[in-house]
Amino acid sequence: MSPKRIVLRFGTDISVKPIVYRLVKDYDLVVNIVKADVNPQKEGTMILEVTGDQSEDGLNYLRNLGVLVQNLTQEIVRNDEKCVMCGACTGVCPTGALYMERPSMEVRFDGDQCVFCQLCVKVCPMWAMEVRL
Amino acid sequence: MSVEKTYAEINTKIKAGKAIVVTAEELITLVEEKGLTKAAQEVDVVTTGTFAPMCSSGAFLSFGHTKPRMKMQKVWLNGVAAYTGIAAVDAYIGATEMHEDDPLNSNYPGEFRYGGGHVIADLVARKPVKLKALAYGTDCYPRRNLETTITLDDINEAILFNPRNAYQNYNCAVNLTDCTIYTYMGMIKPHMGNANYSTAGQLSPLLKDPHFKTIGVGTKIFLGGGIGYVAWNGTQHFPSMIDVEGKELGSAGGTLAVTGDLKQMNPRWLVGTSYLGYGATLSVGIGIPIPILNEEIARYAAKKDEELFAPVVDYGEAYPSFTPGNLGYVSYADLKSGKITVNGKEISTAPLSSMPRAREIAATLKGWIQKGEFQLTEPVKTLPSPADGFTAHSIKED
Ligand code: SF4
Ligand code: SF4
Repeated sequence: MSPKRIVLRFGTDISVKPIVYRLVKDYDLVVNIVKADVNPQKEGTMILEVTGDQSEDGLNYLRNLGVLVQNLTQEIVRNDEKCVMCGACTGVCPTGALYMERPSMEVRFDGDQCVFCQLCVKVCPMWAMEVRL
Repeated sequence: MSVEKTYAEINTKIKAGKAIVVTAEELITLVEEKGLTKAAQEVDVVTTGTFAPMCSSGAFLSFGHTKPRMKMQKVWLNGVAAYTGIAAVDAYIGATEMHEDDPLNSNYPGEFRYGGGHVIADLVARKPVKLKALAYGTDCYPRRNLETTITLDDINEAILFNPRNAYQNYNCAVNLTDCTIYTYMGMIKPHMGNANYSTAGQLSPLLKDPHFKTIGVGTKIFLGGGIGYVAWNGTQHFPSMIDVEGKELGSAGGTLAVTGDLKQMNPRWLVGTSYLGYGATLSVGIGIPIPILNEEIARYAAKKDEELFAPVVDYGEAYPSFTPGNLGYVSYADLKSGKITVNGKEISTAPLSSMPRAREIAATLKGWIQKGEFQLTEPVKTLPSPADGFTAHSIKED
C-alpha cells in the first residue's frame, strides 16, 4: 500500500502531538511527518505521509477536530523556461521553499518545503510557478 | 598620473580587439585591489545591466497595406487595443494596455494575464498574432474591416520605442496599513510584513553614471537582446543626488527613452509580465557601456551596493495619496542581504529586478565589445543632469 500525502492546516487551538499520537494509536496508521511548520502563535501547517487501512477514518477524525485536510495529489513546479530569477516570489513564500541563494541572487525552489499554499502561483509576474496534477 | 581617454581612442582599441572591458561588478573588485587611479588607467569600458519590469514601453508597428487599401481607425492585436491615430497602417502597442475582455480588478485582486507587453513578447518570439482592424472608409482607403494573422517577419517595421526605461533608482516599498496591498511593486503585507525593491544596484546603468557624463542621445546600448539606442531622456527624468546630512547617498530619478529594431531582439530579454491586482507590463533587458574617459567617471562607475541607497516608501498610505517624504534610506547591500531595519523593525526583502539576468546582460555586452562587434558612440546631445535641477510637477486640477 502506497502512502497518502496530505497537508494539514490548523488553528492555534490545536496542538499537534496528541493528534499524531491518536492517528498512530487509534487508527493504526504509519505516519511520517514530511514537514511541520508549527508555532503556537499562528496557524500551523504540516505535511504527512500516512499508510494504513483506516487512513480515511483517521483523516475524518482530524476534520472533526477542525483541521483542514487536503490531499497532495497536486504539486507545485517551477517552469524554468519562464522563470527569470527575479525573486518576487521569495517575499511571499511562507516556508522558504522559494529562496534566494546569496551572493549569486539566484532563486532556488525546494519542493520538499512547499505547503501548496499557491501564493507564488498568483504572485509570480511571469506565471512560472505551475500547479501540476 | 590622471588619465584622459577619448571615444576615438577607445574605439580604435575595440576594433583591434585590445580594449580592456569589465563589468561594473568586476570594476568594483579591480578598484579594491589596485586603487581607483590604476583601475581607471587600465580599464577602457565598463558594462552595466538591468532586467526588470519597465512600464512606459511599447512598439511602433507598420503592418503594410491591405488590398484594397484601408486607413485603420481601431486596431487590436490578440484582443489588445493598439493606438492607430498616427497613420493608415501604423499603430503603437503599449505595454500596459489590457486585453479587451480582461476582468481587470473587478474580481480583486485581478490576474491581468494578457496585455500589450505580452503581445510584444509574442511578436518577438515569432508567434502568430491575430490582427483585427476597423475603419470608416474613404475614397482613397475604402476598406472597413480586416481580420488576419501576422508574425513579426510579415510586417514591414516593428520599432521598440520605450518612452521611460532604466529608472536610475527606485523606492523600496513597504506597507504601514492593516491590509495586504497589491501594487506595481508586488504584493506587500500589512504592518511592514515584507519589503520589495526593484533595482540591480551596483550593476544598474544609470546608478553608474549619475551625472550623465557619458550616457546621452545616441548612446548605443544592449536593448532586448539586440542593439538599441538612447533616443532622449525618459519621461519623468528628474535626476538628482540624494544628500542626507551632507552625505551623498547616490542618485535618484534619471530615466531614458530607448529605441531599436524589434526584429533583431530576443524573447529572453522582452518578457510579458503581470502584477496581481495591478496590471500588465513588459520586462526589458538593458545594458549600457560606460567609457572610462577619466578617473571621475571610473569613481562613479565603481560605486558599490554599500554606497548606493534607496528610499523606503509606504505604499499603503503615503504613495497613493501622493504624500511626500519617506521612512529613511537603506543601502543596496542591506536590501540584497535579505533583511533591512525600518523604524526599528526588521523586515525581509525581495527584489523584482533579476540580478542573475542583469549579470548576464553585462557579461554579454562585455563579450560583444571584446570581440570588436560593438563600438561605442559619443552622445550627440547630453541629457539633463542633477546640476540642471529639474523637478516634477503634479497635475493642476480646476
Ligand atoms: S517570481 Fe516567478 S519569475 Fe520571479 S523568481 Fe519567482 S518563480 Fe521565478
Ligand atoms: S505554493 Fe509556492 S508560496 Fe506556497 S509554499 Fe509552495 S512554493 Fe512557497
